[in-house]
Amino acid sequence: MIGRPLRLVWVYPDLLSTYGDRGNLLVLVRRARLRGIVTDAIGVNSDQPVPRDGSIYLMGGGEDLPQILAARRLRADGGLAAAAAAGAVVFAVCAGYQLLGTEFAGDGGQPVPGLGLLDIRSGRGERRSVGEILADVDPALGIPRLTGFENHQGVTQLGPGARPLSRVVRGVGNGDGTEGAFAGRVLGTYLHGPALVRNPALADLLLSWAVGPLWPVAEQYENWARRLRDERLAAAAP
Amino acid sequence: MGEAAGRLSRMAGRGDGSVIGGKIGLWLEPDLLSMLAAGRQVVLVTGTNGKTTTTRLITAGLGALGQGVASNSFGANMEEGLAAALGQSPNAPYAVLEVDEKYLPRVIEATAPRVVALLNLSRDQMDRAAEIWLLARRWRDALRAAPGTRVVANADDPLVAWAAVSAASVTWVSAGQRWREDSWCCPECGSHLRRDGDDWRCGECSCARPRVSWVLDGGKVIDSAGRAHELDLALPGRANRANAVVALAVVEVFGVDVAQALPSLRGVTSVAGRYTQVERRGRPVRLLLAKNPAGWLEAFDVLDPPPTPIVLAVNAQEPDGKDTSWLWDVDYRVLRGRRVFVTGERRLDLAVRLEADEIPFELAGGIDEAVDRVTGKLDVLANYTAFQQIRAALGRVS
Repeated sequence: MIGRPLRLVWVYPDLLSTYGDRGNLLVLVRRARLRGIVTDAIGVNSDQPVPRDGSIYLMGGGEDLPQILAARRLRADGGLAAAAAAGAVVFAVCAGYQLLGTEFAGDGGQPVPGLGLLDIRSGRGERRSVGEILADVDPALGIPRLTGFENHQGVTQLGPGARPLSRVVRGVGNGDGTEGAFAGRVLGTYLHGPALVRNPALADLLLSWAVGPLWPVAEQYENWARRLRDERLAAAAP
Repeated sequence: MGEAAGRLSRMAGRGDGSVIGGKIGLWLEPDLLSMLAAGRQVVLVTGTNGKTTTTRLITAGLGALGQGVASNSFGANMEEGLAAALGQSPNAPYAVLEVDEKYLPRVIEATAPRVVALLNLSRDQMDRAAEIWLLARRWRDALRAAPGTRVVANADDPLVAWAAVSAASVTWVSAGQRWREDSWCCPECGSHLRRDGDDWRCGECSCARPRVSWVLDGGKVIDSAGRAHELDLALPGRANRANAVVALAVVEVFGVDVAQALPSLRGVTSVAGRYTQVERRGRPVRLLLAKNPAGWLEAFDVLDPPPTPIVLAVNAQEPDGKDTSWLWDVDYRVLRGRRVFVTGERRLDLAVRLEADEIPFELAGGIDEAVDRVTGKLDVLANYTAFQQIRAALGRVS
């Protein structure tokens, strides 16, 4: 492929990388490479400006204080919002997902302004939701059931500008039977950490939003991820 | 009654018999831990990694005093395990206890320790443990409320240093920090930390690495008087040298100097089955236990050089944490050039992870399947319950 490599930007790994978040970047790089797409993957720490020319932006999970700090810096920096407005793909998990909304709960439960890239508002629930989660994706997105692990105390309400990513089959998700949210090319989920590892179709969806239709990956490269996915789907089935 | 239950647990093959006795004891008497600790000089050891080994090294070093030392040497580190250890050595004037990170504040309150050793803090079993900034803040509050306690702390770990600085008296140790993914930001204000070697300081507030009095310098320890001593431990790796330096700083509080303590520290060759070398079907097999990304990073440092093959074994039972996400925080590329076997209940998670790093691997149903496929020696790195299963398969090696 000739031209500029596909630029993947991992936003603030110093603040938002609690548990295996690097996995999402590695899965996107690998699945792009299997299609011959050259990638340029970078991590941008919270003391650096967020570049505006990325194709896909990733945000991970984080504890309360880093989440608040990340929101403050990203709002001041403006790079992520500018890129999203220009059509970049944004994929965020857990604390990063909440951060995409108009507000989320701070360390004392107080509302903290988010980035406003998704029409969602998050507060703090009664108890922590920890465990395997299964959810069936909005048919409009055309991808199979999600499998992952959630670990959060958030409750998220969607406004009219966002659609639920999926409906919970097992687990908690947003707290009202839905899980995650998306609008345009901005997508967030409570499946935490390396959410794309067990959901290669979701990884491909993000890649296709950035580069257009993708051809399938050769069978021998899908084998292990499919076995893991089948094992976890069966283990968590209600 | 507790003793009988401990025997039962051992007979049933369920464990080392160190927790069940304490559980029944605590059920009988809620203040048991305070009562058992009363009148003793107590050392508490905590941190994400190295607790069991450091506890063992301190116990060995205190042996120079020639008096009894109670210790939970099998790693049973919640309140039941501590009570069981104290109950088994009722006349020991000293106690060296490893404590689960979460329980440290309660155990400080119950035992009024003479010394608390803080090793390190990093991501670990996030599905059941508290977030680490929160843990550090609880340590900080508990230590501020314990003015009679001396803290021995790793100054190179910013979260640990921030927790310890509230204590009335601190011995600062430069024990190093290889895993830095959890300490890029200032624990006080959240700004990005400036790091230069082991040194760190916040660019925006006054939080900075304290001046140290003990230093791990390659294979040497530099003691509080500035004298260098070769460590020459039997235990392998940088992390164990760091544990030894903390242990030496702790025993100095009790009047045991480096020259007295070092021979005993060198005599420690394995810790509850860890680092043990066993023969299995004619092959030397060495067992390593590590439970989180920082631990795996340190364990990779201890491996025999390539091409010695390695078995990676991962479970996700309750004691391991049910979330395997942490496997993605480890960089496996250092394993290139050797055969890698994956086993354990979550071996498929390992398989997908290694595939992403382009490390060739082989699936193995159990430890013996891997042993049968190699000719020479073999290193085994496992997380908690996977390690116990392998230890049992090899005949409960110690």
